[in-house]
Amino acid sequence: MFKKLFSLFLTFAKIGGITFGGGLTMLPLLTREIVQKKKWVTEEELLDYYAVGQCTPGIIAVNTATFIGYYQAGVLGGIFATLGMVAPSIVIITIIASVLQSFMDYPIVASALTGINAIVCALLAHTVITLGRKSLVNMISVVLFIIGLIACFVFDVTPILLVIFGGIVGIVYNKIKGVKVK
Amino acid sequence: MMTFLHLFIEFFKIGLFAVGGGPATIPFLQDLARSDYGWFNPEELGVMIAIAESTPGPIGVNMATYAGYHAGLSEFGIIGGVFGGITATMGLVTPSVIVVVIIAGFLKAFKENEYVKGAFSGIRPVVTALVAFAVFGIIKPIFYANGAFAIPVIAISVVVFALMFIKKLKKLHPAFWLALGAVAGILLKL
Repeated sequence: MFKKLFSLFLTFAKIGGITFGGGLTMLPLLTREIVQKKKWVTEEELLDYYAVGQCTPGIIAVNTATFIGYYQAGVLGGIFATLGMVAPSIVIITIIASVLQSFMDYPIVASALTGINAIVCALLAHTVITLGRKSLVNMISVVLFIIGLIACFVFDVTPILLVIFGGIVGIVYNKIKGVKVK
Repeated sequence: MMTFLHLFIEFFKIGLFAVGGGPATIPFLQDLARSDYGWFNPEELGVMIAIAESTPGPIGVNMATYAGYHAGLSEFGIIGGVFGGITATMGLVTPSVIVVVIIAGFLKAFKENEYVKGAFSGIRPVVTALVAFAVFGIIKPIFYANGAFAIPVIAISVVVFALMFIKKLKKLHPAFWLALGAVAGILLKL
């Protein structure tokens, strides 16, 4: 049991420590480590967990890790897999953050960060486009998107309220549509 | 000590309501940047995102660690920073662990459930709007700094944005573009 937990921790730490970008970029590595090497799950199961991980709250990579860990060794397994997944981030980011803080005052670092910020803007704009392509698939989703924009830009509504609102509208719309079809 | 409790609670909330992974956490972080906590400001959020995107690990987790480090550091120094990073990250992943463990038992029913499907069909476009708004909030202070438009910054940004539509360039790692930005920033003394 202890060995299994340790193995879960190590395997996910390895994945968390060498994948950049999270989300989708993690899938090939998960397949190699979890499906082919460890044989903990089949490829199909992995995709299932991934799909559910994508539509449950939280970080997709963490959700997937919890899933696999849970099926391998129960609640503790889920916890150890998740801890493994986040451990490299904690170490790496803490080091970078502490180093960066003490360099922030140098003009050359400030210049570099301004240049980096320009790129962040471009990357983020692409993220929005990618999300839009995936999520705006019919009339109702476009309407919800516009309502969301108005709520944010004009009324400054908190994200939590909007997520709940979107969920309710989605359920009601699906119900109505379902009735019509029948 | 209250700082760490607040950190845990705030990131627990993000973990619970940010549906769709990394980018979905940005609106919530934007909210935090504008809150009274004073952990980090909207300008620092840009740097946080750059680092989260160019280091290994899930982006959302990286951002939580960075934000938590920032928060703890501002009040308790480096040790506070380390604990802050750990606290925020644990807050972020706790809802995931709870939710996933609960639904792991009835995975199939969950995926096929029409209510769940319906809810997510409504949540996704809303999340896109939230992220769009948050991105606007991040871009604004970078493009319009100290009372004037930062023309060189805008130019770099627009050019790279356009270049990323080219198929071959699309596959390049974000760290490549970020490094390019850093070099451009130093050379142009931005």
